[in-house]
Amino acid sequence: MTNKIKVEHLDFYYGNFQALKDINMDIHQNKITALIGPSGCGKSTFIKTMNRMFDLIDGTKATGSISFDGTELLDKNLDVVQLRKRIGMVFQKPNPFPKSIEENVLYGVKRHGDVPKSEWDELVKTSLKKASLWTEVEHKLNQSAFSLSGGQQQRLCIARALATKPEVLLMDEPTSALDPIATAKIEELLEELKKEYTVIIVTHSMQQAARISDYTGFFLNGELIEFGLTKTVFSNPTDKRTEDYITGRFG
Amino acid sequence: MGKTSKRRRLAQRLFLNKFFEYLFLAAILLSISVLLILVGDVLRKGLGSLDWSFITSMPSSRPERAGILPALLGTLWVIGLTALISIPVGVGTAIYLEEYANKRSWFFRIMNINIGNLAGVPSIVYGILGLTVFVQLLKIGPTILAGALTLSLLILPVIIVSSVEAIKAVPSSVKEGSYALGVSRWRTITGVILPMALPGILTGSILALSRAMGEAAPLIMVGAVGFVTFLPDGILDRYTLLPMLIYNWTSRPQDAFAQIAAAGIIVMMILLLITNITAILLRRKTQNRVE
Amino acid sequence: MEKRKRHQTEEKIIEIGLILVSTISILTTIGIVITLFYESYEFFMEVSMIEFFTTLRWAPVFDPPSFGVLPLLSGTLLIAVLSSFISLPLGLGSAIYLSEFASKKMRQLIKPLLELLAGIPSIVYGFFALTFITPLIRQILPDTSVYNALSASIAVGIMTLPMVASLSEDAMMAVPDSIRQGAYALGSTRLEVALHVIVPAAFSGIAASFMLAISRAIGETMIVAIAAGQTPTFTLNPLESIQTMTGFMVNMALGDIQQGSIEFKTVFVVGALLFLVTLALNFIAKFVIQKNREVY
Repeated sequence: MTNKIKVEHLDFYYGNFQALKDINMDIHQNKITALIGPSGCGKSTFIKTMNRMFDLIDGTKATGSISFDGTELLDKNLDVVQLRKRIGMVFQKPNPFPKSIEENVLYGVKRHGDVPKSEWDELVKTSLKKASLWTEVEHKLNQSAFSLSGGQQQRLCIARALATKPEVLLMDEPTSALDPIATAKIEELLEELKKEYTVIIVTHSMQQAARISDYTGFFLNGELIEFGLTKTVFSNPTDKRTEDYITGRFG
Repeated sequence: MGKTSKRRRLAQRLFLNKFFEYLFLAAILLSISVLLILVGDVLRKGLGSLDWSFITSMPSSRPERAGILPALLGTLWVIGLTALISIPVGVGTAIYLEEYANKRSWFFRIMNINIGNLAGVPSIVYGILGLTVFVQLLKIGPTILAGALTLSLLILPVIIVSSVEAIKAVPSSVKEGSYALGVSRWRTITGVILPMALPGILTGSILALSRAMGEAAPLIMVGAVGFVTFLPDGILDRYTLLPMLIYNWTSRPQDAFAQIAAAGIIVMMILLLITNITAILLRRKTQNRVE
Repeated sequence: MEKRKRHQTEEKIIEIGLILVSTISILTTIGIVITLFYESYEFFMEVSMIEFFTTLRWAPVFDPPSFGVLPLLSGTLLIAVLSSFISLPLGLGSAIYLSEFASKKMRQLIKPLLELLAGIPSIVYGFFALTFITPLIRQILPDTSVYNALSASIAVGIMTLPMVASLSEDAMMAVPDSIRQGAYALGSTRLEVALHVIVPAAFSGIAASFMLAISRAIGETMIVAIAAGQTPTFTLNPLESIQTMTGFMVNMALGDIQQGSIEFKTVFVVGALLFLVTLALNFIAKFVIQKNREVY
């Protein structure tokens, strides 16, 4: 088993507010790591440090170390454009671009320019297949992405992220805006995705974490309270607060 | 694709990003430097002629003796009268649209389309309307009143739109609170809605009036003149205004007239600055309260 | 009971009063249309439409007069096109910078300055064109006439630039941040997010701002009256003296013309043409916005 990402002593600040306190975590390759905890606990902030999305917000600061295959992600001189190609992200609400379905999938490769034009059609097909959306859209690739349902839009966003061939996929509560059927589809999909990708998923649903993940981390007030194999965390938590949370005493 | 070509492509993208960032910034800086050059140019040409007697003298065909008093007073007369006409009409219309009209009625829809279109009509066209209706048809003649009526129609759409926005911004809970106490519609409007919307309405109205203050085209059409040697004394007097006088002086070939035109511009810009700062202060006051 | 009744009548009277006040803006439109088209109708009783729209000489006060409006149209077109070379690219560039590159502080600093630029009266721009821009042009191109289309166009372009900048910026700011984040998460540079995602998404608003700026340039009067000249010339040479529709109207109004004469009616027929052209542009702008409104 290999560590894909190693987080050490990570602190994170929004202005004067410390949102993450001394986080240490190993993310394992080709596994699904779920992050749970009540809202405002820092789990979303945490995954946004890994593709440096916080750069877009004024007054944020991260210290400590996040090592990704040996590259230091918090390095000021790191090229975030390159980084975000290798670490893809899917957001809470589906956010397709106001373009056609095909254009959405091709957006990343067109920018990065590392796939020859002749392979684009194939790439669209494989990406949409991996996101199990292909059969639903194969005859309307030129239609606006907004014509799709919410669940389909979210799978399109997954396909869009996969098309740039990332190694890691960050998912920030990807099913919170979806109905149960669409949610089930995406959960099924995750099972497939972990064969090729390392997945980190933030979820507000403990059941979801228990169903789909290999590892689980529990965040509370900016601290990582507990981290380990999902089975262990759910059946035999070491910290009282974790137990209280997963048994529904708060949250 | 090789690693070096990949790296080259990335470097190129990052370069383009920086290059265009500076290009876009240059676009802004260019616009702002034009502003500075324009103000500097006007000051350089006009400051020499600007003194107290320039403000208190009559225009003259000899530039060194000319002053702007009738134009300054004319501007104040016309803009003052325009405010008296346009603000009640504009606010009244806004009240009707926001508080009375059925938002699905044809009247409401026509009003909205109409106001949008009126805002896009060139100001000189309002001048033609003023000439036909006020000067000729209603036989008001080329007087201060005709000018003010014409400018009122010109800025009416702006006042209506900004008043509607200000009234909309009053929280509906406040209105409902008043209605729940059994207060009638009109009493609610005068007692609760208008006082809360007032700073917003005034800001919009002042900005509209400051636009009117710089207008010359429609006033040329309704017979404002570029050169008078008497002071306005009532709303049925003939008149000139600052923009008219500036236009008159600018169209003369001699350099000395360009200089006093610049001095006139300085006076007009000071007036505009005062009105705009008033508007900005009022706007800040409203923003503070909402936050 | 008595009191309630009085209240109700009072409310009714007020409502009727407000309706009457509201109709003033509709009466304005009706007034404009009737005024312009009644006199235009009279004009075309005396001058044929064919002469008006196809001949190349505009000299209504000459003897014999001739009424070919094309020189005025070409003059107006010249100003509209040349000024948009300045206002559209600079305005859009400024808008992209403000919405996608600038920090919040930068934006707060720059926006009031652009507003100031927008608040300067056109008479001042006219003065600036004639006494600053024109001498500058004539230093570089000595054959340029004192009154020329280029100088006026530059001033008109500067005047309409803030409008393009602020309306385009509004349209780009209206694109939801989630879409922006999606693009960044795929590894886009700021420029790529701006050009490939935000500008296309805000396209209708940007196009509308272009249309409105052109419409404003066409209706702009004082700058062209001062700096572009008073010679109706059918030309596309920006260094020549020309006359626009608005410039002609001002020129006529300053002179002494007999009400009811054919010269007097030309002001209305040109006004009607100006009204129709700007109205059409405004309608197209509105249509573009409504047609392409994305529901995010």
